[in-house]
Amino acid sequence: MTAKMKGAAMVIAALEQEKVDTVFGYPGGAVLPLYDQLFHSRIRHILTRHEQGAVHAADGYARAGGRVGVVFATSGPGATNLVTGIANAYMDSVPLVIITGQVATRLLGTDSFQEADITGITLPITKHNYLIQEIAQLPQALAEAFHIAGTGRCGPVLIDIPKDIFEQEGRFDYPRQVDIPGYKPTYEGHPGQINRAVKAIRDARKPVIFAGGGVIRSGASQELRALAEKGQIPVTLSLMGLGAIPGDHPLFLGMPGMHGTVAANYALSQSDLIVAIGVRFDDRVTGRLDSFGKGAKIIHIDIDPAEIGKNIKVDIPIVGDVSRVLKAMIQRLQPGDTESWRQQTETWRREHPLRWEEQAGSPLKPQYVIREICRAAGEEAIITTDVGQHQMWTAQHYCFKEPGTLISSGGLGTMGFGFPAAIGAKLARPEKQVFCIAGDGSFQMNVQELATAVSNGIDVKVAIINNGCLGMVRQWQELFFEGRYSYSSLAGSPDFVKLAQAYGATGLRAATPEEVPGVLEQALKTPGPVIMDFVVEAEENVYPMVAPNRPIHEIMTGGNQE
Amino acid sequence: MKHVLAVLVENKPGVLTRVAGLFSRRGFNIENIAVGETVDPGISRMTITVSGDDTTIEQMVKQLNKLINVLKVSDLSREPTVVRELMLIKVHAEANTRSDIQQIVETFRAKVVDVSLESMIIEVTGNDEKLEAIKLLLQHYGILEIARTGKVALSRGSKVIKENP
Repeated sequence: MTAKMKGAAMVIAALEQEKVDTVFGYPGGAVLPLYDQLFHSRIRHILTRHEQGAVHAADGYARAGGRVGVVFATSGPGATNLVTGIANAYMDSVPLVIITGQVATRLLGTDSFQEADITGITLPITKHNYLIQEIAQLPQALAEAFHIAGTGRCGPVLIDIPKDIFEQEGRFDYPRQVDIPGYKPTYEGHPGQINRAVKAIRDARKPVIFAGGGVIRSGASQELRALAEKGQIPVTLSLMGLGAIPGDHPLFLGMPGMHGTVAANYALSQSDLIVAIGVRFDDRVTGRLDSFGKGAKIIHIDIDPAEIGKNIKVDIPIVGDVSRVLKAMIQRLQPGDTESWRQQTETWRREHPLRWEEQAGSPLKPQYVIREICRAAGEEAIITTDVGQHQMWTAQHYCFKEPGTLISSGGLGTMGFGFPAAIGAKLARPEKQVFCIAGDGSFQMNVQELATAVSNGIDVKVAIINNGCLGMVRQWQELFFEGRYSYSSLAGSPDFVKLAQAYGATGLRAATPEEVPGVLEQALKTPGPVIMDFVVEAEENVYPMVAPNRPIHEIMTGGNQE
Repeated sequence: MKHVLAVLVENKPGVLTRVAGLFSRRGFNIENIAVGETVDPGISRMTITVSGDDTTIEQMVKQLNKLINVLKVSDLSREPTVVRELMLIKVHAEANTRSDIQQIVETFRAKVVDVSLESMIIEVTGNDEKLEAIKLLLQHYGILEIARTGKVALSRGSKVIKENP
């Protein structure tokens, strides 16, 4: 199909070809022609109240819906407001296509009004980006952007389009198939390496599976579970992997790393074979690198060859799509003798459960709130989080049973991610109950999106774990800075119930354990966005904890732990 | 250890920035870099001299390969290779030293490409050792200015580096 059309129409036509039904964005001068075209389109546009909200919402939409999220923003400040969200998506390998308007080509490079070099700025935080300089480049760039964003190791791709190019006419031949000479992801694992991995598993006596976000993205949770069960191998999941096997599965040891369980950290430390699947050995998991997995052989399966050997020396590298590699491995797998190791990990798990101290009349404990949310929300609910203590308590105490039910900012650690991501997730999966577990600090970083949720009737439930401070900062100040609480108090925060009401949402509050179930029940009964303010104990710390750059078996369990 | 990487890239705007940015943000050291068109005008060849241990070089190669505009990365240090660089040296030269300098130039099979009353420009091509040697000798007369192209390299024999099919 060949037709002459304007650049703006090409963008919309490409979105339609890619079956995009929702775009998140914010209009402005340089994208006026694009928004004018969108006006006539059937594509739904969600107007957020800040560009950062738009890109996080598209991120949540992409993760929950398993598809490419699309964002529109204008040039200059519109584009720079996206930067945090793009970096967030890049770190967590989330497929996004971001269309930014740019000043007209004749003004490029002249420091003109609302000009910013967004392709230069986003070079290190996009999988690829384009500055369109001629209309003829646009159809190919659009097709390539969707292809690059959504294949291989997914990631954000930005297309910067000058205003005059939106208005120029050109031929639109949307390529059905994209062939990019410098981009050929590897999907099939090398059979020889797979054989070596299978043999290593058979020979191991103390194997542990360490899996992460790659399993979720690849849709490989069934294969992961089959591998673990057939090989009788205990499993630990990184934050990004939670839900890949059910949180109450007998082989599941919990999350490893800085706030991981004793069982997971001991297992990784004492294992003789770590089967790493779709993970990138982040420092929050490995702790001190030179003592991580010291006595273990390491098998590393990942779609991104550059992740293999980046942080950890790997004995058996397998580049490929996790799901395909695991399928091939399971077929050939012969279980080894892991019986006594299983007993050992089971003992650790039994002897060191996650716990917190609670007495009658004590202030509301955040861990209890998380467990109550888990009970009320149901197994299939999607949970988004912000970043900090509440995020770690969610990872520890919420029992994720399905893949993709946790959407969190893992790599970048972006406060303000959770709420807009929840809006995006709900739009992608309207049939799902969507909860955002937030901190009082994080929530205020994108609180303006309450207007987005209310005006679009988006049914998300926000649980603010309100401790009146930047809890994780406070915890580090207590533990590593001799209790000098330098600017970590959030005194002066608004009354979140009244704030919700001011936006036209519902606000609820619980300050005692007795009130929690009632508030949750009320929230679930109330249609539309609900903000729940859970006023919790300010001094509660996240334990277990491994101090930064310490070996992960050196676990502080805190005063309220064994 | 020093490695010479031959990197075939799409000849598009901004590709050099992508490569240079990658090296700087990941803390890799570039010793020098030379860029030019290949037989195919759509493809440029970057010759990048880098230093690092094997793990670092492996990461560099992998990270380069992740750039969409990068078509092929080869580590030429792993095979017999011809490495050359061109250097222009402006050296202080007066009537009484000019013939001495001329002799050095001949010994190194270099060329005098400009002469003035007080200076000469010498053009010399070769590997690192040769360029350093002539530089050391000419220092004696006073080097006024140096410009170098950066190294270019081809592996010996009929084997060629092509983009991946």
